[in-house]
Amino acid sequence: MSEREPILGRIREALRAAAPKPGLLSGPGQRVPAHEKRPTDFRPWLPAVGESFDERAALFAKNSAELKTDFQLVADRAELQTKLVALAHAEGWKKIATHAGDLTNFAFAALGMPVVRTDSRYDVNELESSDAGITECDALVAQTGSVVVTTRSAGGRALSVLPPHHVVLARRDQLLRDLPAAFAALKRQYGSDYPSMMCLITGPSRTGDIERILVLGAHGPKKLTIFCL
Amino acid sequence: MSTVAQTFKETARRLTRDLRHRELIQNALGKYYVGRDEKKARFQNWQEARQAAAEIKWDAVNHLDKYLEEFVSKLEARGTKVFWASTGQQACDYIVEVAKKRNVRSIVKSKAMTGEEIHLAQALEKSGVEVVETDLGEYIVQLREEPPYHIVFPAMHLTRHEISDLFTKKLGTAPTDNPEELTMIARRTLRKKYCAADMGISGANFAVAETGMISLTTNEGNGRLSTSLPKVHVAVIGIEKVLPTLDDLALFLPMLATAGAAQAVSCYNTFIGGPRQDGESDGPEEFHVVLLDNGRTRLLADAEQRDTLHCIRCGACLNVCPIYKNIGGHTYGTTYMGPIGSVLTPHLRGLKEWKHLSFASSLCGACTEACPVKIDLHHHLLQNRRNAIRCASPWWEKLIFKGFVTLMNHPAFYRLGVKLGWFGQKFHWLVKGTRLDPMYAWTQSREAPPLALHTFKDYWRRKKS
Ligand code: SF4
Repeated sequence: MSEREPILGRIREALRAAAPKPGLLSGPGQRVPAHEKRPTDFRPWLPAVGESFDERAALFAKNSAELKTDFQLVADRAELQTKLVALAHAEGWKKIATHAGDLTNFAFAALGMPVVRTDSRYDVNELESSDAGITECDALVAQTGSVVVTTRSAGGRALSVLPPHHVVLARRDQLLRDLPAAFAALKRQYGSDYPSMMCLITGPSRTGDIERILVLGAHGPKKLTIFCL
Repeated sequence: MSTVAQTFKETARRLTRDLRHRELIQNALGKYYVGRDEKKARFQNWQEARQAAAEIKWDAVNHLDKYLEEFVSKLEARGTKVFWASTGQQACDYIVEVAKKRNVRSIVKSKAMTGEEIHLAQALEKSGVEVVETDLGEYIVQLREEPPYHIVFPAMHLTRHEISDLFTKKLGTAPTDNPEELTMIARRTLRKKYCAADMGISGANFAVAETGMISLTTNEGNGRLSTSLPKVHVAVIGIEKVLPTLDDLALFLPMLATAGAAQAVSCYNTFIGGPRQDGESDGPEEFHVVLLDNGRTRLLADAEQRDTLHCIRCGACLNVCPIYKNIGGHTYGTTYMGPIGSVLTPHLRGLKEWKHLSFASSLCGACTEACPVKIDLHHHLLQNRRNAIRCASPWWEKLIFKGFVTLMNHPAFYRLGVKLGWFGQKFHWLVKGTRLDPMYAWTQSREAPPLALHTFKDYWRRKKS
C-alpha cells in the first residue's frame, strides 16, 4: 500500500516549526542576508557568454575541444555532404541509424548505405550494430558545449546513445547562449506537452572511475561529431 | 562503547597509517582540486550562486508537501506509477513485486545512492533476479562484493592493477594495465546486459515539480541506456530531491558537476517525465517512481538541521574533509560517508549507535565552505555532539567537564596547572610513548611540544611593569 497520506501528514507536521532562511545563520563573519524572494535569474552568476553568433560559436568550439567533441561549422548542404562522406569513408561505416527529419533525410540520401530507422518500432540489436547514429537536435548550448535532444527531435531514446558514434546535425539558429536559454527554448517548443525524455548531452560518453584517468566511450558513444549548418 | 564505534576506531587507526591508501586518495583528489578550481573560476560569481542554490533548496524543502504533490500529479497525468514508501523495506517489497508481476529476470541498475541506502540489490537478488550495476565504479565494487567508497567515485580506493586482477578472476579476461582496455572490457560485458535486461533501475538527482520530471546525471551513458532499453524503469528517489521549476536546473546542473566532479556539466543530464508516450518509438512501457521517506521526515521535523535535506549528494564535502581523506570511505560503515554522512547517519539510523561520527571531525569547516548549497555541516556536527551528550553521557564524563570548567574559570587554578605541567614534564621521558603516558593519545604518533616555564602572560606582565 502506498503511504502517501501518512508521509504527507508527517511532512506537514514537521513543517509547522519554521527553519531559518539560509545565509542568516551561516556562522561568524559570513552573514549574507537571504534575498527577499527566491532568485530566478541565474545569468549574473553563471559562466559568461557573449551575445553575438560569432562569440557563441567560438565558445562552443572551445568547449568542444575540451570535451573532445568534434564541432564543425559547415557553409551549406554541399559541404555537409562532402564531410559526411569523408567521415563515413575514414571510419569505414557499413550501416547507419537515423530518424526522419529535414537534415537527417538529406544525410541519409547523401551517404546511400543500409540504414536502421528509429521512427517506429525497431530491432535493438540492429541499432546496436550500426556504426553511427545520426540525429537532429533541439539546441546547442555555447556556455557548456552541450547538445539538447529529445525523443521527438532525435529519433527516440536510444538512437543518440547506443551506436558508437553520435553525429548531430544542427542549424545555426539552434546555437543558443546558455542553459537558461536552452530551458526557455524547450518550454517554447513543447509547452506543457514534453516528450518523455529530454537530454543534455555534453561530449562523448566518459568515465574516470579507474584512477581518475579519463576514458571515452564508457557505455555511450566514443565519438560525438556536431555539424552546424 | 558500541561495537560499530569500536570497529570504526580500529579501522580508522589502521588506515590513517597506511601510506599506500593515502597516496591513492591524494592522487585521485589532487586531480579533482585542480579541475574544480578551474571550473569554479568560470562562474561569474560562485558565492552568489551558492547562496541562490541554498535559497531555492530552502524554498523546496520548506514547502515539500506542496511541491511533492505537484511533482506526483504531473507524473501520474502522463502514465507514471508513483509509490510512496515510508521505509526502505516497503520500497524494496514494492519493487520486488513489480519485478515479479512483469516476469523480470535481469535488471540493469544505474548508480543510485538511495538503492544502496535500502539495500535494494540484495532484496532483488534474494527474490531470484540478477542485478547488474552499470556505472563502471559501481560495477567494480559490485564484483568485489563491497559497498562504494565514495558517493561519486565508488572505486577510488583501487589501482588499475587491482581492477585488472579482479576482471581476470571474475570475468576471465586477460590482464592489462591500460585503463582504456579495462573500461572496454566492462563496456563489452555490460552492453549484452542492457540489451537483455527486463528492468532498469535508477535514482534521480533532482525531481522537478513544475514539469513532473526526474533529472538524472551520469557521465558514462549508463543512465540513458538503463532507462531506454528495458521495458520497465523504476526510479528510487528521496522525497527531499524536489526542485520547484525546470529552469532551476540551469543553476543546479553546473553547480553539481563543478562541485562534484570538477566538470562544467556532466556528460548526460537526462530528464524523464513518463514511460513511452504515444508516437514515441522506444522507451519503457512502464515507469515507476518510488518516493522514499526512510527517516527523512524525522530530519525535516528538526528545524535546526532541516537544511541537511538540501544536500544534492555531490560529494564535495568528502573531497575536502581531512577525516575522509585519512580514514577512507569504508571505515564509516554507512551508506553516506564523509561530513554529510556523519551528520545524516545519526538521524537516519539512531544517535546512540552512531554518535561517534559526530566526534570524528576536526571542525575545520572545510566541508561547509565546499558545499554548493551551503549546508552548515560543521555546526551540525557540533549540534549532534550536543544532542549525544544530552541523551547519553556517563557520569564520569560530566564530572571531568565540571572540573574542566572550574579550571578554566579560575585563573589561579589554571596558572597552577601550567606550573605543575612544566614540573611534571621533566619526568615525562620515563613513560613517554608507553601506555602509562597520560598523553599517550598524542605521543603515540607525535612529539609533544614542551611547556615553557614562563608563559606569554608572565612575559607581558613583566614588560608592562
Ligand atoms: S552536504 Fe553539500 S557538499 Fe556534501 S554532498 Fe551534500 S551538497 Fe555536496
